[in-house]
Amino acid sequence: MKKVKFLSILLLTTILFAACSSDDDTPEQVNEEEVITTMTVTLVPNNGGSSITLQTRDLDGDGPNAPEVTVSGNLITGTTYNGTIVLLNETVSPAENITEEVEEEDEEHQFFYTTGGGIDVTTAYSNFDDDGNPLGTEFTLTAVSASSGTLTFTLRHLPTKPNTGLEDAGGETDVAATFSVTVE
Amino acid sequence: MRNYALLILLLSSIISISQNCDNTLSGTVTDLHDGSLLSGATLIVAGTEQAALTDLDGKFTITNLCDGNYSIQVSHLYCLTKGFTVTISGNTTKSFKLEHHLEELNQITVEGKAYGVKSKTTFENTISKEELERFSSGSLGDALNSLSGVSSLNTGNTVIKPLVNGLHSSRVVIINNGVRMEDQEWGAEHAPNIDINSVGNLTLIKGAGALQYGGDAIGGVIVAEASKAPMKDSLYGKTLLTAASNGRGASLTSQLTKSYQNGWYAKAQGTLKRFGDFEAPDYVLSNTGIFERNASLQLGLNRFDYGIEAYYSIFKNEMGILSASHLGGAEDQIRALNSNTPLIINDFTYTIMAPKQDVTHHLARVKGFKKFDGFGKLSLQYDFQSNNRLEFDIRTGDDSDKASVDLQLDTHTLLLDLDAHLTDALRLKTGIIGRYQTNFADPNTGVRRLIPDYDKYDLGIYAVADYKLTDHLLLEVGGRFDYTYLDAFKFYRTSFWESRNYDQLFPELIVEEFNNQILTNPQLNYYNGSGTVGATYTFGKDSKLFFNYSIASRAPNPSELFSEGLHHSASRIELGDLRFNSEVGHKISLTFQRETDTFSFSVNPYINTISDFIVIEPTEIQQTVRGNFQVWEYRQTNAQLIGVDVDASYAFTENFSLKNQFSLVKGYDRTTDKPLISMPPVNTKNELIYQNSELNNIRFSLQSAYYFRQNEYPDTNFEVFLPETETTELVDVSTPPDAYHLLNFNSSIDLNASKKTIVTVGIGITNVLNTSYRNYLNRLRYYADDLGRNFLLNLKINY
Repeated sequence: MKKVKFLSILLLTTILFAACSSDDDTPEQVNEEEVITTMTVTLVPNNGGSSITLQTRDLDGDGPNAPEVTVSGNLITGTTYNGTIVLLNETVSPAENITEEVEEEDEEHQFFYTTGGGIDVTTAYSNFDDDGNPLGTEFTLTAVSASSGTLTFTLRHLPTKPNTGLEDAGGETDVAATFSVTVE
Repeated sequence: MRNYALLILLLSSIISISQNCDNTLSGTVTDLHDGSLLSGATLIVAGTEQAALTDLDGKFTITNLCDGNYSIQVSHLYCLTKGFTVTISGNTTKSFKLEHHLEELNQITVEGKAYGVKSKTTFENTISKEELERFSSGSLGDALNSLSGVSSLNTGNTVIKPLVNGLHSSRVVIINNGVRMEDQEWGAEHAPNIDINSVGNLTLIKGAGALQYGGDAIGGVIVAEASKAPMKDSLYGKTLLTAASNGRGASLTSQLTKSYQNGWYAKAQGTLKRFGDFEAPDYVLSNTGIFERNASLQLGLNRFDYGIEAYYSIFKNEMGILSASHLGGAEDQIRALNSNTPLIINDFTYTIMAPKQDVTHHLARVKGFKKFDGFGKLSLQYDFQSNNRLEFDIRTGDDSDKASVDLQLDTHTLLLDLDAHLTDALRLKTGIIGRYQTNFADPNTGVRRLIPDYDKYDLGIYAVADYKLTDHLLLEVGGRFDYTYLDAFKFYRTSFWESRNYDQLFPELIVEEFNNQILTNPQLNYYNGSGTVGATYTFGKDSKLFFNYSIASRAPNPSELFSEGLHHSASRIELGDLRFNSEVGHKISLTFQRETDTFSFSVNPYINTISDFIVIEPTEIQQTVRGNFQVWEYRQTNAQLIGVDVDASYAFTENFSLKNQFSLVKGYDRTTDKPLISMPPVNTKNELIYQNSELNNIRFSLQSAYYFRQNEYPDTNFEVFLPETETTELVDVSTPPDAYHLLNFNSSIDLNASKKTIVTVGIGITNVLNTSYRNYLNRLRYYADDLGRNFLLNLKINY
């Protein structure tokens, strides 16, 4: 009787072992859904003339390669530009437009523009969330005088709204990109 | 034929007429388990007035017995009384065997202790049921923390990971009811999936001396066992309710045991635990609630020489992770570090939001044993574990409610053990173990797999012998061999694969190349040997010296091998290395123990030298579109940990006693000659206890716990340029927080509600002075203070 019990347990386990050891399917690839690989800021002068693009592109996401940062040209003194920001996830094909998601959840997002290194430009928000607080995927930029320095774009997720700037906005940083810019 | 029967009848009647009543029955009474002689056993012959006692050699003699059958009842102080039928024919010799102590499945009972010793030459710390009950609303890690030499690596206040002599995660093996926990224990932010209320006894073995549990326990082994069912007809239960002010929650646990004289027993147990946001002295720790649901069922038959048991448990735990700890890159970290209060403080709530963890662990086990007379015990066990781990991050859009991590880990284990008493002095434990494990990472998370899909096969064989050389000296020697085969399917980022030169080193692993990822199939083999040598010397009436040397080998875990990417919960990039080999630890430990009625103490110095120690450390800063992230890379080095644990207790009077504990550990990287990261600071605990068993077992205790500042740490700070202030700021992630002192109060009293029901009421206060402090071993110490004052009300009903 006891032997039967032991044998049956042994048999049971053998079956279980055998049953779960033939699973050789290769796993499917996962492409990150929320990664922002590319931010393109397009500045269109409202008096005509050529537009300027600022881009940061990091195709391996948080992989070892650093983002490629490009600035297409210099800003012109006295010109006001209409700026639009486009965020893409290029790890998937076709590329996913993340700006749409940000604009849908406008109350949970905000862009901030920071100048540094003596560049003389001013910025103003052009689009707002449903509560009337700034969103900032669209903005205007005025090149005041000839100078050079940096221009930083920061996207915060779940910031305190309204706020007075990056200092008291809180939230989590989704994008932080700095461009070296010259006003001529 | 008829004549023949008649003849027999006739003959037998002649015998009965002429029967001889001068016979003597003599023999011995011995212990069924180890054959030891039982002195002072009583033998009563039914139907006559005769009784006899065994002498010091377990021998007895009963005279004046007639030929024929007698019923003899044999009893002994620590045994179950048993009846025997003996046929007397002339002077007869007969040996009786008694079950000298109640033994349960999976237990080797030694010297009348209810729970067996796991390693004979390593000093063991145990936590009794009474002490465990005080932690009913806490976790396993909280209870273990009360032992000297144990600290915990915390993630907030809900994820409490035991740290034994400075080591944790894969280096600490946890055995739950005879089953090695396979619950993704590699992660520093993964707490053990065990309900503290299902544990009847908790034992800690510091070091790898207990080879039957594994050869890779470089840190130690924690053994949790359920309480035992007695072999008698009974029905009893226990209900424990703990309400706590901090977290505004409660924990309710109940268990019911039914047992029968014939050895059958059944036990059911369940726990429900619910807490909202916990609070630091000055603010709410937002999103730190916990919701835990556990149940277990045990069914078995326990006989003198054989038994079977089935056990099943489910553990389900949902834990919030402090909202303020969810950050982007280094820029966010600077803001968090510069702020004295958490960046997010909301009103108290019971709701648990992302980031959170939701873990479910099933454990099923069947086990049988059979004892062979004069030889030993053979047991066979099969267990199955299924662990599902979900981690939720703050996500956007359609993914908001989707888990970021969804890992399913299933493990099957088959164990065959033999526990043999070869001679009176020599005992051999040996066994063979087979294990199959499979991990499945659900791709539907839309996040690259943290741990890849893999199949793992383990085969282990061990033998441990102990030999009692003299009454004072016991020697132990053991060895174990483990073979591990790991077959993984891992997607690498092409950029990482190339930056590590894997494209040159392992071109044969590539299965398929995609646009920015490569699918690989690493198949890894590890051959690990481990061993132990030790001695225990007893001298004087109450002193003991333990010496143990053990060598342990551990194969790298999947996290150390395959990590590659952003770990959100730590806001850092973690990188593993495919080329790792096994780490090997050599531990020498010495314990001096002295126990008298009024004063007892133990001192345990140790030195643990680990070659190819796998450590994770910050190496560089990496730029991404999201900002700068610190990169933490695993690497192998040579490490050494040196420390001492001291326990002492002194009874001033019958009712007053003082307890002291002191732990010190120093860890160094011997290759770079720098201190190791996350080493517990020196700490000492002193407790004054008043207990009066004559006055309703009333008990008061006041505990003072002092944690020094950790002064030895590696400097892993880094600098980041902030565009908004145009400054370069130091990100101080390594400086340990200041020393702190905590006062804890506890009290309890027993009230007899009825003949069979005892109600115990307890009141406790932790962090009595509401001290604000931060703990070096809390991974969220950058963002918030630790827990403030907590009032606890305990209600226990035994029935």
